[in-house]
Amino acid sequence: MRFGAVVAVDALDLTVAAGELFVLLGASGSGKSTLLRAIGGFVQPDAGRIMLNGVDLTVMPPYRRPVNTMFQSYALFPHMNVAANIGFALRMRGMQRAEIDARVAEMLELVRLQGFGTRRPAQLSGGQQQRVALARSLAPRPALLLLDEPLSALDRNLRRDTREELVRLQRELGIAFILVTHDQEEALTMADRIGVMHAGRLMQLGKPAEVYERPNSRLVAEFLGAANVLPIVVRNGRIELAGGMPVQTATVTPSDAAWLAIRPERMRLGASNAANRVAGVVVQRSYAGETLTHLVRLADGSTLRATVALGQGLSAAQAGIGDTVTLSWDADACIVLGR
Amino acid sequence: MTRAPSRTAVLTVVWAWLLMLLILPTLIVLKIAFSYPADSVPPYAPMLRPGGGLHISTDAFSLILTDPLYAHALLLSLQVAGLSTAICLLAGYPMALGIARSPERWRSLLLLLVMLPFWTGFLMRINAWIGLLQDDGWINTAIIALGLAPLRLLYTDTAMYIGMIYTYLPFMVLPLYARLSQLDARLLDAAADLGAPPWRVFLAVTLPLSLPGVGAGVLLVFIPAAGEYVIPELLGGPQAQLVGRVLWQEFFQNGDWPTASALACTLLLLLLLLPGAIFWAVRVISSPKVASVPSVATEHPPAIQQ
Repeated sequence: MRFGAVVAVDALDLTVAAGELFVLLGASGSGKSTLLRAIGGFVQPDAGRIMLNGVDLTVMPPYRRPVNTMFQSYALFPHMNVAANIGFALRMRGMQRAEIDARVAEMLELVRLQGFGTRRPAQLSGGQQQRVALARSLAPRPALLLLDEPLSALDRNLRRDTREELVRLQRELGIAFILVTHDQEEALTMADRIGVMHAGRLMQLGKPAEVYERPNSRLVAEFLGAANVLPIVVRNGRIELAGGMPVQTATVTPSDAAWLAIRPERMRLGASNAANRVAGVVVQRSYAGETLTHLVRLADGSTLRATVALGQGLSAAQAGIGDTVTLSWDADACIVLGR
Repeated sequence: MTRAPSRTAVLTVVWAWLLMLLILPTLIVLKIAFSYPADSVPPYAPMLRPGGGLHISTDAFSLILTDPLYAHALLLSLQVAGLSTAICLLAGYPMALGIARSPERWRSLLLLLVMLPFWTGFLMRINAWIGLLQDDGWINTAIIALGLAPLRLLYTDTAMYIGMIYTYLPFMVLPLYARLSQLDARLLDAAADLGAPPWRVFLAVTLPLSLPGVGAGVLLVFIPAAGEYVIPELLGGPQAQLVGRVLWQEFFQNGDWPTASALACTLLLLLLLLPGAIFWAVRVISSPKVASVPSVATEHPPAIQQ
């Protein structure tokens, strides 16, 4: 059975498809958590409607909604053991004891916590608590699962593993997820689609690669990944940098073009046959294991980042601090943004 | 290492305090309870006499165990204290919950209102109740003004319970509030999210997590209420022979210190058993829900479904 969820809050219009992993990405205060709480039923939208599967949820209290939330703090019941936590929603539905036990066992297996049923939440590690919270919110088989920063309390390494685990579970269960995060890497790696939120508005909506490669605003370009952003002017239909240097782009120039964004990994260090090039001095290098990022200062005082992949090891990256280098980039690396 | 001496000093003060103000007086009362009465000042005979020999009497305890007056007074006290505690709990829980859930800026004011009676002397407040409850008091004046028959209020059990609940309600509200205000509101959201309507959220989350507060409130009300003397004396009728009043009569009217002391010790013993029972109950109830470990689902065939 197919279903769809339509979320509408003020000027925000969003439809999440059945079985989709949708990520709401935004800085804190962007309204993404409020949106999630509105879908969960904890805040009432002043206007607009929230629909699930053609059913209007807008005025339905949280306990009637076929939607579950996995809370950022996990909110596990401290006075109940793991099995009682996971079975909570099932008891609330008046399910038979044997059926509850079977479902709880199934959920424990799903999150790989067999044998932990009698432990109390306080006796579990952060990662285990996270999995109990996930199992608890999945146990009643909701039509839609809301995840509020589900990985933010985990260590970096555990976070990466858990990310993959969450995607696996979501695919396996076919439940639509709306996941809220401020972590762009999380959003890019997990999402079927991303919605970038800012100041209560949905700035851009699309597949991860679309949003990353074709941001529709300076804000999205800078929030999602690093970006070199330069002011531009349009003269006789041609784009020029502030210093007057013409830039070749691959796309049609919008009438309100004001900024040029280039991803640091699309910048090439050294002369190449790329369409655009500038000269500058390396003022800083930052090594990140997989990559090396050069901060290059141009003659006009602005700085650009060029990130070199270290697939061949560090020796392949030649430019040292103080070296004068040429930066070049292709026409299709140019992202022209409006005001 | 510098902490150790100061720690010892603090503990010494605590133990000295307990010894001087709690343990020693209790031992003195216990000693009087086992002494023979005498026509002297104080009105009991010393245990060690110059003629030699230890003179210990169990007469006072025998009297308490045999004369139904004392058993009746003890039972009545436990009953009055029990009912007062129950009403304080039923009235105080919603109050505490209401204050804990009210907006931050109102909470201090509401708590202040709960504690406001403490600003006036206890006897003054009980006397104010006499003024309200007596035959030509404010309440009856109002009733008569409405054209209804006046009620006999003062010197009845009703008046005594009013006084008890009025006096002890703050001792129930404060520990309950302390507990309920610490309750993580996200747990309530989580319960609602998982399909619990408000009353089930209360029963499954709020109530069990507030049990330590309930235990504290029950003890803070029940223990002083069981030994209460002033309220039954000033507001209750002559039939309300609570143990506090009987104690007073034995000490100051009959001058029978050994019997009075033995009664005091018996009451203390009963009141020591109660907290033990309550702590045990709270521990049992708030221990993890014994959900069966569903390691193998087939352990529970459908036949045992309830």
